[in-house]
Amino acid sequence: MYEGVVQDLIDELGRLPGVGPKGAQRMAFHLLAADPEDITRLAEALLQIREKVRFCEVCGNVAEAERCRICLDDRRDPSMICVVEQSQDVAAIERTREFRGRYHVLGGAINPIGGVGPEDLRVRELVARLADGEVAEVIIATDPNLEGEATATYLARLLAPYDGVRVSRLASGLPVGGDLEYADEVTLGRAFEGRRMISTGPTG
Amino acid sequence: MPTYRDAAIVLRTYKLGEADRIVILLGRTRGRIRAVAKGVRRTSSKFGARLEPGMVVDVQCYEGRNLDTITQADGLAPYGEAISHDYPSYTSASVMLETCEQLTEEGAPALQHFRLLAGGLAALAAAEHDPRLVLDSYLLRALAIAGWRASFADCARCGMTGPHRAFHVPSGGVVCPVCRPPGSTAPAPETLALLSALFTSDWSVADASQRRHRSEASGMVAAYLQWHLERGVRSLRHLERTP
Repeated sequence: MYEGVVQDLIDELGRLPGVGPKGAQRMAFHLLAADPEDITRLAEALLQIREKVRFCEVCGNVAEAERCRICLDDRRDPSMICVVEQSQDVAAIERTREFRGRYHVLGGAINPIGGVGPEDLRVRELVARLADGEVAEVIIATDPNLEGEATATYLARLLAPYDGVRVSRLASGLPVGGDLEYADEVTLGRAFEGRRMISTGPTG
Repeated sequence: MPTYRDAAIVLRTYKLGEADRIVILLGRTRGRIRAVAKGVRRTSSKFGARLEPGMVVDVQCYEGRNLDTITQADGLAPYGEAISHDYPSYTSASVMLETCEQLTEEGAPALQHFRLLAGGLAALAAAEHDPRLVLDSYLLRALAIAGWRASFADCARCGMTGPHRAFHVPSGGVVCPVCRPPGSTAPAPETLALLSALFTSDWSVADASQRRHRSEASGMVAAYLQWHLERGVRSLRHLERTP
């Protein structure tokens, strides 16, 4: 136990996800020894995240205005919406540079044991985005775990009646750079299910 | 550190740190187990896919002071995978897994609960019956294993031979006209027959039941479950019936 503000800082840092008491103590003493300018910059960044960051009114991604930079970008394809669980997933997909459509952040996955149902997610907002008929494909990119799969099942069923809207799911399968013999049966099973043709043989 | 191996059903998982999970399992011989599975949230994990709720696995763990650590997991029956592709089955399985967690204790062997849950998940994965019927059958039998067997024929208070019309949750089932306390309900005789069939796994009767009797039976089972469990079952709120 330390006195006053040092202990307060350790307590606050210890509340961050993945930070234990020892880690919080180490960070606090690192900050005590750090350049005052660095500390001021960190403090300003923390204040600004509170003041400036909000959630995009269209897709639910983090933004510094009413709409995020992706929703404001006219070059993005408005006919494709990629549905993800959280904002971090948007950043992961953006790193691939494969997808040029827009996003929809659900804010989690359906998890009845955890008390999260469809009404706790941004499902209604997703349905509202389909109302203008501009969207032709919804790509469901929820996590490949039980909750993510069940959420995808729920959304696929919910969106099925919408004419002209295709609903697809990200492929699951073998990680690049791995050995086939180490793949678990669930992943390998999905890789077989989602296999694609690379040759159809001679035609005619 | 001592290691052990057991067949187990994954009941629930929590995120831990950057890429780990705390996994709650029901071991065939060891009862409820709390263990850490390191690195399973990474896509490169060798056994992360097997440690999803509803999966039956053969796990190897080493004992820790508070939490055990999973070192290996082989799949025995990937029920969770099939269940996640049918939403009513998924919500039913969630109630089953949460109820099982509440009815079992850490370190106390619960072989009957293990068998019942494995059977229930297999039935949901096979999709041969309405998921809600499978769930109600599971709940009635799980509560009976826990010592709260409901009576659907003889009076739950005095034992007078039935059939009786009145049902009273706190009394433990149907009650005779003499014992009938205030607040008893009078379900349809077909509903009581359905509940009895679900308890004894008479699927020919259960599958032939009408929707309104299924709905009434589900309500009674849910009330019976919530009455006996100290904590409410959160997932019941999100339960979805088959249209």
